[in-house]
Amino acid sequence: MKFTPQDFKSDQEVKWCPGCGDHAVLAAVQRALPEISEALGYSKERYVFVSGIGCSSRFPYYMKTYGFHSIHGRAAAIATGIKVANPTLSVWEMTGDGDSLAIGGNHLIHAIRRNIDINIVLFNNRIYGLTKGQYSPTSKWGTITKTSPFGTVEHPFNPGALAMGARGTFFARTLDMELQLTQEIMVEAAKHDGTALVEVLQNCVIFNDRTHSIISDRDVRADRTIVLQHGKPMIFGKNKDKGLILDGMRLKAVTIGENGITTDDLLVHNAEEQNHGIHIMLCEMEWPELPVALGIIRRVKDRTYDDMVRDQVTELANKSNIRCMNDMLRSGDTWVVE
Amino acid sequence: MPHKVIDVQNVVIRFTGDSGDGMQLTGSLFADTAAFFGNDITTFPDFPAEIRAPQGTIAGVSGFQVHIGSSAIYTPGDYCDVLVAMNPAALKSNVKWLKPNATIIVDIDTFDKKGLEKAGFTTEDAFAELNISDRNIIAPPITTLTKESSTLCGIDPKSGVRCKNMFALGICYFLYNMPLDHTEKFIRKKFAKDPALIDINLRILKDGVNYASNIQAIADTYIVKPSKQKPGIYRNINGNKAIAWGLMAASEKSGRPLFCGSYPITPATGILEELAIHKELGVKTLQCEDEIAGICTAIGASYAGSLAVTSTSGPGLSLKSEALGLAVMAELPLVVIDVQRAGPSTGIPTKTEQTDLNQALYGRSGECPVAIIAPHSPSHCFEASFYAAKYALEHLMPVIILSEGFLGNGSEPWRIPDINDYPSINPPLIQELEEGEPHFYPFKRDPETMVRRWALPGTPNLEHRVGGLEKNHKGAVSSDPLVHQQMVNERAEKVARLARLIPPQSVIGEQEGDILMVSWGGTYGHMLNAQSQLHSDGIKVGLAHFDYINPLPLNTEEIFGRFKKIIVFELNSGHFANYLRSKMPQFTYLQYNKIQGQPFIVTEIIEAINKIVK
Repeated sequence: MKFTPQDFKSDQEVKWCPGCGDHAVLAAVQRALPEISEALGYSKERYVFVSGIGCSSRFPYYMKTYGFHSIHGRAAAIATGIKVANPTLSVWEMTGDGDSLAIGGNHLIHAIRRNIDINIVLFNNRIYGLTKGQYSPTSKWGTITKTSPFGTVEHPFNPGALAMGARGTFFARTLDMELQLTQEIMVEAAKHDGTALVEVLQNCVIFNDRTHSIISDRDVRADRTIVLQHGKPMIFGKNKDKGLILDGMRLKAVTIGENGITTDDLLVHNAEEQNHGIHIMLCEMEWPELPVALGIIRRVKDRTYDDMVRDQVTELANKSNIRCMNDMLRSGDTWVVE
Repeated sequence: MPHKVIDVQNVVIRFTGDSGDGMQLTGSLFADTAAFFGNDITTFPDFPAEIRAPQGTIAGVSGFQVHIGSSAIYTPGDYCDVLVAMNPAALKSNVKWLKPNATIIVDIDTFDKKGLEKAGFTTEDAFAELNISDRNIIAPPITTLTKESSTLCGIDPKSGVRCKNMFALGICYFLYNMPLDHTEKFIRKKFAKDPALIDINLRILKDGVNYASNIQAIADTYIVKPSKQKPGIYRNINGNKAIAWGLMAASEKSGRPLFCGSYPITPATGILEELAIHKELGVKTLQCEDEIAGICTAIGASYAGSLAVTSTSGPGLSLKSEALGLAVMAELPLVVIDVQRAGPSTGIPTKTEQTDLNQALYGRSGECPVAIIAPHSPSHCFEASFYAAKYALEHLMPVIILSEGFLGNGSEPWRIPDINDYPSINPPLIQELEEGEPHFYPFKRDPETMVRRWALPGTPNLEHRVGGLEKNHKGAVSSDPLVHQQMVNERAEKVARLARLIPPQSVIGEQEGDILMVSWGGTYGHMLNAQSQLHSDGIKVGLAHFDYINPLPLNTEEIFGRFKKIIVFELNSGHFANYLRSKMPQFTYLQYNKIQGQPFIVTEIIEAINKIVK
């Protein structure tokens, strides 16, 4: 059966602020699901959207799928339980930078470490929106908010680098307004066996407007971001004339044709490289020194937690003579009273 | 001269020593042997939180008490007939548990200057200092004898001396005329890979038996005849294992796979460990990153259709409380096990208490009632967890099992039930829309039970959303004041109506009259013994021991009305008494409370009643 985006739209009124980046992500996901369903043969009832607390966590209500809007920070744990209990489900965690990197940081890194086969979409607007404008774990150093009137004095997390540190097997980054790229990434995330973390650089139009605009504004986007493609040279720029090379231990942006640089000198993206060293460097690129990396930065194969749990259960059930509780209760040290 | 063998009804033996001396194992082996022999038994491990506290100190003393009898045994016994003390610290800290005519077995080698100092003795004669010189003291040089035997077996004496607990065990077996075969079998199995260790352990065990038979300090030996037990297959079981098995039985009966999300915490870890073994029956366990993930993974698994459980102790329950509120709100089945320990905070982690009742009843935000069941003995933990799971699954709600360290670690013989005798479990699963229903309304209820229907992800056409936000019956988010009031009432009513299904409260002893003793949970054995002793003393008291805390059995009020005085016994400052006051304020509740990290002793219960009678 073929689906259309309309099949995944619930009858609930979408209550995000007009102009919020979340609308675009919702649209991209609703467009991606028919494609995923076709590629993987998923029926509609197999999707479960799980969220924590925050603006983005209202997401499940707008999807005509199974959904669980849970409590602050715990979506990764709830999604983990769902997936382990029923590995045939396609489990999606929709979360924000506060939800997943502050109160839920522990669950995020452990989900990634276990490589549980869920897809985590992290809406990063670098602010607490639902509580009306306090700094978040991704707010840049010095950010002035209601709770940091003199500027924050703490380093932000880089979600990609954090995921790599937790031995992540899939990390991708997109921009809320890049609908097509977001849609493609969602499809790839769904296809990946293991925890797929997708960071969406998303705009909060009310409390942190234009936080990403320095790289995302239409006229500068091509020069200040790079969309990485597996197996392709790292080229970016409006005129496709810029690229990335490795200069000693560091990445460096160069212009093709200057100083004798040709396309052959550029790094070729390998998302499937097991060693995550260069993937972390790509995650941490920041403009103006370097373009911000978008696309699939890392995608490597590894065993998934839910598969291994299921396999252990199957293997032991096949090996054991104990078939039911009555068998089990009568096994081991027992004695008979006549 | 052959020993005279004297019949005794029951005996209490307390094995004590350094936490590295193997006293838990020694006690368990004695208990198992007695159980296999046909005695009824109850055990009580009493150990420190430190794995290896400084050697020889009072802080490092570990104990294991076992009560065996030729008739039904309900408690591990208040005072002991035999105290095994492997060092001076063990003797000093356990002298208070001696019966006046008790036998004391010590390793006299450890009573040297250094050992005595470490235990805080100020003279060289520990027995005189403790005023017990006149007792029957068996004081072999166990360390020396063990080392000698090790050398003869070709084992380094330093390693061999680790078997010295077997020597003490051998003496006890001789004293009570017990067979060695169970212990021999255990040793052969445990050290199967190292025959030298089998030899030395068996040798030391027999050294102990021989030593006891040769010395004059033992004039008579004793026998506790097998008790008359109902025919059947038996095994020893502790409360933690019984909880795990009750859940597994409920999983089989309901057809819902068992999932446990948990985090290790004393004294509840045994439940997670036991469930982790049983993958052959489809059990999935997840040792989580923290207590919150423990309950949240369970909630996720519940949403996906599992019989989901999380196990913990008091501090862990605190961490789980927000998520427990979510399970109440989303109306999902969940079993939460709290094996209570002495608190607050880290408290005394290895000691027992009933101080989490208030937390279980009230420890959540909002109007958030949760059903609570309290098992009353190690083997009753099986029933309690089976029914907790049944009610959780059939009513789509969380149920808390309030166990206790005393039950979790304590063990007793258990007549193995036939699972076919247990009732079926029928969760309100729904596979398709009802006729005329345009969409699935997740919070539409059965008007009788107030229970909603359970549609699992993966079921076509029943897609719906649940969550922590208040919703109307259709499942749409709502902040309508009247919808909130109605849903709060309905969630409370769902728990309250469980009272229609639970068994009526029974009263042991006097059915009406002057005094009703009220208790709940793990104090059952002590309360029962006290009631029966009071009865033989001619004091007429009834005992109402509650397994169901919330809701209370429907006949509770009627029972309380039949007595002039009600006295509530609990191992806390009066949580149950206050709860009863709030539910049935027309009665006056006297209280007897103890908060020492220790179970009641029967005599204090009797004294409390005697005071009231006078």
